[in-house]
Amino acid sequence: MSTLDVVNDAAVVAKRNLIKIKRVPDLLVFTTLSPIMFVLLFAYVFGGAIDPTGGGAAYREFLIAGIFAQTVVFGATNTGAGLAEDVKKGIIDRFRSLPMAPSAVLTGRTLSDVVNNVLVLIVMSITGLLVGWRINTGPLEALWGFVLLLVFAYAISWIMAWLGLLIPSPEVINNASFIVIFPLTFVANTFVPLDTLPGPLRVFAEWNPVSAVTQAARELFGNPDPNPAAAVSQAWSLQHPQLYTLIWAVAVVAVFAPLASAQYRRAASR
Amino acid sequence: MDVAIEVAGLVKRYGGVTALDGVDLQVPRGTVLGLLGPNGAGKTTIVRILTTLLQPDAGRASIDGVDVLAEPREVRRRLGLSGQYAAVDEYLTGFENLDMIGRLYHLGRRRSRERARELLAQFSLTDAGDRPARTYSGGMRRRLDLAGALVAAPPVLFLDEPTTGLDPRSRTEMWGVIQQLVAGGTTLLLTTQYLEEADVLADDIVVIDHGRAIARGTADQLKAQIGGERLELTVSDGSRLDEAARLVTPLGVAPPVTDEHRRSLTMPVSGGVKALRQALDLLESESLDVDDAGVRRPTLDDVFLTLTGSTTEEDAT
Repeated sequence: MSTLDVVNDAAVVAKRNLIKIKRVPDLLVFTTLSPIMFVLLFAYVFGGAIDPTGGGAAYREFLIAGIFAQTVVFGATNTGAGLAEDVKKGIIDRFRSLPMAPSAVLTGRTLSDVVNNVLVLIVMSITGLLVGWRINTGPLEALWGFVLLLVFAYAISWIMAWLGLLIPSPEVINNASFIVIFPLTFVANTFVPLDTLPGPLRVFAEWNPVSAVTQAARELFGNPDPNPAAAVSQAWSLQHPQLYTLIWAVAVVAVFAPLASAQYRRAASR
Repeated sequence: MDVAIEVAGLVKRYGGVTALDGVDLQVPRGTVLGLLGPNGAGKTTIVRILTTLLQPDAGRASIDGVDVLAEPREVRRRLGLSGQYAAVDEYLTGFENLDMIGRLYHLGRRRSRERARELLAQFSLTDAGDRPARTYSGGMRRRLDLAGALVAAPPVLFLDEPTTGLDPRSRTEMWGVIQQLVAGGTTLLLTTQYLEEADVLADDIVVIDHGRAIARGTADQLKAQIGGERLELTVSDGSRLDEAARLVTPLGVAPPVTDEHRRSLTMPVSGGVKALRQALDLLESESLDVDDAGVRRPTLDDVFLTLTGSTTEEDAT
């Protein structure tokens, strides 16, 4: 099996997954509708209470990077649900009976979910711009901010890929991942400045990689804390959010890509 | 003899349950082997091992002379699989499904497209070829799935219960399609729960029960072993069932089996309708009233009743 075949196979599988986005546009609509709803809810319901300056404009600018992080992490559940569905329908069996590269099903799936996330980020950025979010840095820094969000989501995709093959029921996967992802994206600096959290929760939030990727994106977009007087976290993770995010992403892929691949070889339909 | 599929001493256990308990098979090139057995007999486990989806705990298997365990990827080039559930991507069109499979067999872009169109035509799916597969009927999905197994024109084909869940008309259509394939020289291993299906399609039949091959032979040999048609009688008065059984016994090729609850008896006969008429005459001469009577072809249940002494349903409990 040549490298060319491995790349070709992953591209064929990724293309197949992307056709689904085209055929079922509702999927993309609903994956973007809920974050748009979050933007509006947080910006206008909580914004006034959280933003000390009262107007909410500064909070909205602060909020957007957090919603981006939450959305791409939620998007990773698609990876697990999609694989679970493929196992259930016997499509994984078909793939496994073909002389294709065994890695292609998983790399193709995680790569197509990156494309999905790119589309979602575009829709969300437009929504953000409409409610007053602005990029206050240069285009390269902003681009790097988006890339970091995508890299982070890509890593989470591998956890979900493993879960999707381990628990081949799309419904269970959606509910199970919700239990993990909800606290992960809420006990963080995504929606509120960290100095508002009580002790132990704050430590968790400081080292939560979702906080790091959010912090990194905020820095790269130039969106500061709405309260300039707030105490800045001294945790290493938030002092070096870009590096911490990348370390997390690499570590997660290093652990979960082999786990998911092993599970793929064992996956049995029904 | 040129053997396309060879299996020796295949064993597979799941925890404490033995799914396969030493199965041997030989399928000569260009012939059709029917694996006949009830749900849970181990048919699918055999197919999954031979198609490299599952590792056996013991035993050997080779496809087209290539060892399944040692060279799985080489084996995958030589086989086509159509599983128990049509593995069709319902969001893709029929054409896209087949084109994707061609690309994954590394046929190349152009050849994959050509092959996809050829197969759509061969399976009467040309008109539906550019529609998403979720709009297909059950029979069309099955045909598309079978077409998928044939993309690389593999010398050996595995069909796991290819007609389960199909309506009678689609089933007959599917049989026609499979017969055409086989006429082209493909070696086929097919599993089925229907004796009739094995009879129509297979050169040789192996009956599987509890992970073991309990009988094998041509359809005719097997039918000779289990007797031909079944005579079925339901008497009006349940208390006279044994008497009825005694009366008709000389007409059968094997003793009748009675079912007191249904007041009925079943017996293999060779004479068909003639045996039925004789039985009815005999019972009438003894004033034994009959509610229902008929002659029918043997089913899988009859095969098991004869070979193991219990029906597939009793097996399951």
